Amino acid sequence: MSAAEVTSQEYIKHHLQNLTVGEGFWALHIDTLGWSIFLGLVFLTIFRSVAKKAETGVPGKLQCAVEMIVEFVDDSVKSTFHGHNPVIAPLALTIFVWVLLMNAMDWVPVDLIPRIFELFGVHYMKAVPTTDPNMTFALALGVFVLIIYYSIKVKGIGGFIKELTTQPFGHWSLYPVNFILEMVTLLARPLSLALRLFGNLYAGELIFLLIATIGLFQLPVHFLWAAFHLLVIPLQAFIFMMLTILYLSLAHEEH
Amino acid sequence: MNLNMTLVGELIAFIVFVIFCMKYVWPPIIGAIEARQATIADGLAASDRAAKDLELAQEKATAQLKEAKAQAAEIIEAAKKRETQLVEEAAEKAQAEKEKILAAGHAEIETERNQAKEELRQQVAVLAVAGAEKILERSIDAAAHSDILDKLVAEL
Repeated sequence: MSAAEVTSQEYIKHHLQNLTVGEGFWALHIDTLGWSIFLGLVFLTIFRSVAKKAETGVPGKLQCAVEMIVEFVDDSVKSTFHGHNPVIAPLALTIFVWVLLMNAMDWVPVDLIPRIFELFGVHYMKAVPTTDPNMTFALALGVFVLIIYYSIKVKGIGGFIKELTTQPFGHWSLYPVNFILEMVTLLARPLSLALRLFGNLYAGELIFLLIATIGLFQLPVHFLWAAFHLLVIPLQAFIFMMLTILYLSLAHEEH
Repeated sequence: MNLNMTLVGELIAFIVFVIFCMKYVWPPIIGAIEARQATIADGLAASDRAAKDLELAQEKATAQLKEAKAQAAEIIEAAKKRETQLVEEAAEKAQAEKEKILAAGHAEIETERNQAKEELRQQVAVLAVAGAEKILERSIDAAAHSDILDKLVAEL
């Protein structure tokens, strides 16, 4: 191993290190929390400012843009979920825009934000919150809790347990097998949600960092990879939103 | 993968954001969108109705125009008829007047002629008497021979 390789390894490692306060389980990733809450506030501030003076007549340009997103989410919800639930649509909107904004931090040049913070003596700064599993698992866990809540609310505890045990095999002797299968299905949902988003964004960030180590030739490659993320970033936000809607509408369905 | 308290923090942030979105962001925006959709739908329906009304009004106007034209033609026809009638009447009257005047003229002429005849007869009688006197060179008693004279006058 040459010295340069060690340096680039260190470079990547350094960039994938969160700004952490505390130890072990009680640790807090200040950068993930800070950026995600900042982006969440950006989302809510813009949308709230439009909501406050929402015109029913001729809308302004910002209102048009916001309404396009809202209508897009509304259509997505209505195409999948056919019941009445005041939570699902705002939840889907929050997930879509928030995840989109957090993913979009991937487009910011990998060294820009860490360098700026370095000037103020902050040595670790990971600016893409969705590359932190804490972030994606928090979202998935929130959705999972809602899945359980609405399953029980719509079907009752008995109905929910029945759904977990009496299918796919109808015979009572196979109920334990059913339960194991259904639990795997149920638990796979938040796990796949969290890991899909984390995996895609983490891998994307890693490739950005790798490209950053190859010298001057990195400029066109960075451009290509960023252009590719024009697909990845909205797509991952959309997938997270659609799967949330799908899982919640499944929770509302009686079998 | 080091999961830690960050997850809890993010979960809290997530819940707060969703609740805020549910309470203060989603309802006004979707309300405005739906209200505008309703307005637009109403506007489109109204314009459809207006187009239909226009068509109807045009049809009505055309019908009225046709009727008016027919009425005008009728009036003109009647007027022409009346004109002919008036001319005819006037001609008839003129004819009658002419005949009346002619008749009056004829009558006058007749009277005058009769008068002249009568006068002439008288004078002829006188002349005849005077002539006869001269022929007979004697006076004739006009009264005694008046019956002859009257006969003569009647013969004239």
